[in-house]
Amino acid sequence: MDVLLEVENVSKFFGGLGANQNLTFNIEGGEIIGLIGPNGSGKTTLINVITGNYTADSGRIRFIGRDIVGLTPYVINRLGIARTYQVVQPFVGMSVLENVATGALFGRSGKNRTLKAGLEKANEVLALCRIVDKRNELVENLTIADVKRLEIAKAMATDPHLLLLDEVMAGLSPKEIDDALEIIAKINKMGVTLLVVEHVMKAVMAISHRVIVLHQGKLMAIGNPEAIVKDEQVIKAYLGEKYVTRRKKSGGS
Amino acid sequence: MSPAVRSLEVVKARMALEIAGLYAGYNEINILWDIHLTVKEGKCVALVGSNGGGKSTLLKTIAGLVKPSRGNIHFDGADITNLKSPQIVKHGISLIPEGYKLFRGMTVHENLLLGAYQIKDRKLILDQIEKIYEIFPEMKERQKQLAGTMSGGQQQMCSIGRGLMSNPKLLLIDELSLGLAPLLVELLVKKINEIHKKTNMSILLVEQDVETAFSIADYGYVIESGHVTLQGKAKDLLENPTIVSSYLGL
Repeated sequence: MDVLLEVENVSKFFGGLGANQNLTFNIEGGEIIGLIGPNGSGKTTLINVITGNYTADSGRIRFIGRDIVGLTPYVINRLGIARTYQVVQPFVGMSVLENVATGALFGRSGKNRTLKAGLEKANEVLALCRIVDKRNELVENLTIADVKRLEIAKAMATDPHLLLLDEVMAGLSPKEIDDALEIIAKINKMGVTLLVVEHVMKAVMAISHRVIVLHQGKLMAIGNPEAIVKDEQVIKAYLGEKYVTRRKKSGGS
Repeated sequence: MSPAVRSLEVVKARMALEIAGLYAGYNEINILWDIHLTVKEGKCVALVGSNGGGKSTLLKTIAGLVKPSRGNIHFDGADITNLKSPQIVKHGISLIPEGYKLFRGMTVHENLLLGAYQIKDRKLILDQIEKIYEIFPEMKERQKQLAGTMSGGQQQMCSIGRGLMSNPKLLLIDELSLGLAPLLVELLVKKINEIHKKTNMSILLVEQDVETAFSIADYGYVIESGHVTLQGKAKDLLENPTIVSSYLGL
């Protein structure tokens, strides 16, 4: 597979705080990448830097071979990168269908779409995200599980090559998490590459081809889920240094 | 009263905190799913698990800062499920919040006094403050210093002191070690253990670092995505390799 996104030595500082420090990694087309790390490790900052909501202080980000640092979020979206927000951002006062049609008319293929084609696209995406039966509801009347799906639908309507999901499973029931995983797998099968920020570890480990671990703004580990859960640095970051030391001493596995 | 009933009463009296079928969250986002948990009188229990699992939410729900949507919380036999925080403090529960949450523009002494704002007996308050100063002599030296100008470790001491000012029967501690240097963490662990031994206070502790958690607690619950996935004696949990998979999900 070809490299879709190249992140090279990217840093983002807030005052003296290095929220992202010299991050380097590639994402290949068709992958699902899990992005994990303790609170404050820089996951959402990284998403904001990739989408142009923040501008990287240094380093390069190339998307399909093109430098995107310094471009505005709407330009980056039209190149084919879409995202969801951890704190959901629906267009209040509009119906579910209108929310998603907005994405369809704005995105990469938006300017070639008539209103009718935009609504058709929106309906397709709503079916994919399993909220098509709510299409005429005002967004303020949705449950949180539906708003999270709407968040994915709005992003998918812009026809992204790369979709960044920021905690779309937070607060969902186990059944709803399973549904979300199925939707993500389906989106991936359609050829969309995904970067998934998630605290629900079982979910992220189950779905990711590779996992990136951030810790205090730095890239601590990158690898397949099986390797990540055995990584000593990662176990230290999550369970504490002394736990690893003692486990080694006792020779346990 | 029949003997059977009496023995049941005795068992009940030994439970300081009893949580059954608890659901809670923020607005529409549900975080805790059917939590069952008990802290026996005089015991120290730890909640461990990776971030985002709901540990802090559970402490906040006990302290009345988050309203549960289902289930109930009993403390010393009384139903405290829907009480407001000040009433919960009066029942003898005190929360030491994550990140100290001191009144930064007030002195150490003033911060401590605020921990006892519901106590009307001035002498009792001053006695209690002296006890805090005995536990943390550094706080006595710094009693006139503005809280916000101290180091993280000193602020944590002040926050613990403030939590102790209401002389609680159950102390809730949210992240004792977060962001603090290892030596300081050891000191705080020692202090908490001393307080625990001296007062027979029950403690419910949220802590991500498992070794730190179980150097204080003798029983633990592992919380994962708002569910209790594992519980047991500290020693058994530390030896149980599935604790890693409950943190990391695989």
